[in-house]
Amino acid sequence: MIELTNISKTFQISKRNAGLREAMKSLLRKEYTKIEALKNVSFTIKEGEMVGYIGPNGAGKSSTIKIMSGILTPDSGTCIIDGLTPWKNRIEHVKKIGVVFGQRSQLWWDVPVIDSFELIRDIYKTDRNVFQNNLSELTELLDLSETLRTPARQLSLGQRMRCEIAASLLHNPKILFLDEPTIGLDAISKIAVRQFIKRINKEKNTTVILTTHDMQDIEALTERILLIGKGQILLDGSLAELKKKNATHKTITLEYNCGDFEQTDGLTIQSKQENRAVFVINTELLSVARAIAILSEHADITDLSVSGESIEQVVVSLYKEFQI
Amino acid sequence: MKKYISFFRIRFQNGLQYRAAAYAGIVTQFVWGFMELLMFRAFYHADESAFPMGFSQLASYIWLQQAFLALFMAWFLENDIFSSITSGTIAYELARPMNLYNMWFVKNISSRLSKAVLRCMPILIVAAVLPKPYSLLLAQSPLSFFLFIFTLIIGFLVVVAFCMLVYIATFYTLSPLGVRIIALSLTEFFSGTVIPLPFLPTNVKRIVELTPFASMQNLPFRIYSGNIAGTEMISSILLQILWLIVLIGAGKLWMKRALTKIVVQGG
Repeated sequence: MIELTNISKTFQISKRNAGLREAMKSLLRKEYTKIEALKNVSFTIKEGEMVGYIGPNGAGKSSTIKIMSGILTPDSGTCIIDGLTPWKNRIEHVKKIGVVFGQRSQLWWDVPVIDSFELIRDIYKTDRNVFQNNLSELTELLDLSETLRTPARQLSLGQRMRCEIAASLLHNPKILFLDEPTIGLDAISKIAVRQFIKRINKEKNTTVILTTHDMQDIEALTERILLIGKGQILLDGSLAELKKKNATHKTITLEYNCGDFEQTDGLTIQSKQENRAVFVINTELLSVARAIAILSEHADITDLSVSGESIEQVVVSLYKEFQI
Repeated sequence: MKKYISFFRIRFQNGLQYRAAAYAGIVTQFVWGFMELLMFRAFYHADESAFPMGFSQLASYIWLQQAFLALFMAWFLENDIFSSITSGTIAYELARPMNLYNMWFVKNISSRLSKAVLRCMPILIVAAVLPKPYSLLLAQSPLSFFLFIFTLIIGFLVVVAFCMLVYIATFYTLSPLGVRIIALSLTEFFSGTVIPLPFLPTNVKRIVELTPFASMQNLPFRIYSGNIAGTEMISSILLQILWLIVLIGAGKLWMKRALTKIVVQGG
């Protein structure tokens, strides 16, 4: 469905130091720095896949999305999406995709949302019945019935974002690009948006590519992760794999009445207060079951919880590992 | 085509909302028109035969200019196009299956038209019933009225096609200010907004009349008032059509080039 091979893109950025003097100087001679936003990025995404595209700020996520949606022309490399090169056949290509840029708005500011939707219908030449079906489905799923008649400028961020997502799906796109779709949303809206994306992917087999900084998004939505840093793809794998590889430690929190503990191989005490202790297990040396057995021999346990490393920690350790 | 029509409609409706602005505009244009007429009146008192246009021809010219101001004012540009380029909202416009040039062209036409529609009628009607020689005269003949309408439309499109070049230049300069000021003051003067082109010295006039600026308001208003006729008129109309084709062609080509180099601003 999507095939990127050796995509590279360099940006020229003008730089100057602070101050009036420097500003005057840059009038005469401007200094440019070249920034390699993308270096030989290659990956393939199959139809119906849902992929989380993660990386720190400035890693090249948005640039990749812009290239894939035909907005940006790369310096070199090829990109074939559903048989077309986005920047060469832009108009043909964008008919088949839906894009949401979380930080921008595609709704017309002064008119009710429904007017924007109808304009979008005409732009994409969507069949009236298809449009009506999609609209009623989206209205129900995203709870839009109240908001459709309101001008976009009077919507809250959460309402607006749900309208943005609806707007990008009205024409039945095969591929959906979501660039930080949950940015700034409250918990309820986030969950609504996630459930919705999941459903679209399942029911319509829409290929979804999602960039986000919200690791819960990734955890809730995607099976596959692409990690990008400094313009290069560093990792391409499933979420479970990633966690397994990087999460060899588990934490046990224990509450007990009385008892005394010693550290053994693979079991270290992280903190200990009266009646409460936190242990870290290295699962390569010691299984969780074995660790619990050891602990219960030494104390009268009243409560116990085991937690794995959170995905945030996994990602931070990945960033560290690749030094990005 | 339908998408451009609906796009036109939504913009047009949007433009019709601003009634207070329209009333204020009508009043301003009346006052402005009178001031201009009074000023020229003073000159004409000295020696009417020294001027290239009769005073009532001039009055018609000025009233038409005031009535159709929104169609021909080059400085009347779409700010949201500039901000979409400098802020990067253009990303969404590019993610639509539409030709960006056509979309912007339609956007300009619709908001200019919506402004003109609200303003032109009151001005035209009042100007027609003013005492002579300050009034707007009827067109010289049905033919010249028809040609007036025709060249009015083409001239309007020439203005928009010219403005498109200013927008596209913003892709390269990012700040629209510089290009805007230069392009707009040139247009203001050479299109006959400040003073009608026949008032320019003959040699200057001869050159200016070959530029696209003369194909804007100059031609339709002079055809209406009968200041231009015969073969001169026909060759001017042909030149106007030629300029429209050239400007649109150049704009489309330039836009295509700009889009391959474009950097969408912002993350």
